[in-house]
Amino acid sequence: MEEIYSEEPRTCRIAKARPETISFLMAFSRSYQVADYDNLTFERFLN
Amino acid sequence: MELQIEDSVLVKKYINGEEKALEVLINRHNQKILSFIYSKVLNRDVAEDIFQDTFIKVIKTLKRGSYSEEGKFLPWVMRIAHNLIIDHFRKNKRMPKFEGSEDFNIFSVIKDEKLNVEKQIIKDQIDSDLSLLIEELPDDQREVLIMRIYKDMSFKEIAENTGVSINTALGRMRYALINLRKVVQRNNIVLTN
Repeated sequence: MEEIYSEEPRTCRIAKARPETISFLMAFSRSYQVADYDNLTFERFLN
Repeated sequence: MELQIEDSVLVKKYINGEEKALEVLINRHNQKILSFIYSKVLNRDVAEDIFQDTFIKVIKTLKRGSYSEEGKFLPWVMRIAHNLIIDHFRKNKRMPKFEGSEDFNIFSVIKDEKLNVEKQIIKDQIDSDLSLLIEELPDDQREVLIMRIYKDMSFKEIAENTGVSINTALGRMRYALINLRKVVQRNNIVLTN
């Protein structure tokens, strides 16, 4: 019986997220703050 | 031998304000998480977006103090990514996205019905020529043709307005068209766009 091999195997050709994505996440993390006040939680972004 | 700090320790450090710990966590699991997302969505840009959204959720959860130490960090992140992948497919099901490929171009199916500038100029010229030809018709035929074509009146309405029977109106329309064709043929006029 004929064996069928796909020409392009469905493997992941990309290894990692782009450095810009990591930079964005780090910047987001640094700017994102959570503050609690009087049983309320506030989210804020610092410039 | 290099010692690797455990994920749980890095998570604690991050919660305590050490931003660098998050970078270590992202870089440590970058490949596994992105490969997992890409294997499902098969699109690099979408995979990158979901990766980003996953870590935004991670950051928010950790900073809010809602992270539970019960589970391990990586399976927890994978679960978030998995849920976002499901959201992505649900959203696409509601709003299907069509993209062109070598075999199929979406613009072969949908197109702007408006004429381009060149065709619009030709159409205007034809309309202008036609109105000049209509002027050459006998009065009774021209009157019926204008009412029918330009005013979109029914033959009953035309008959009532011109004071003739419907059959007479139909006959005048027929002769108007025959005479127009004759003039067009005689003068070799091209009336196609």
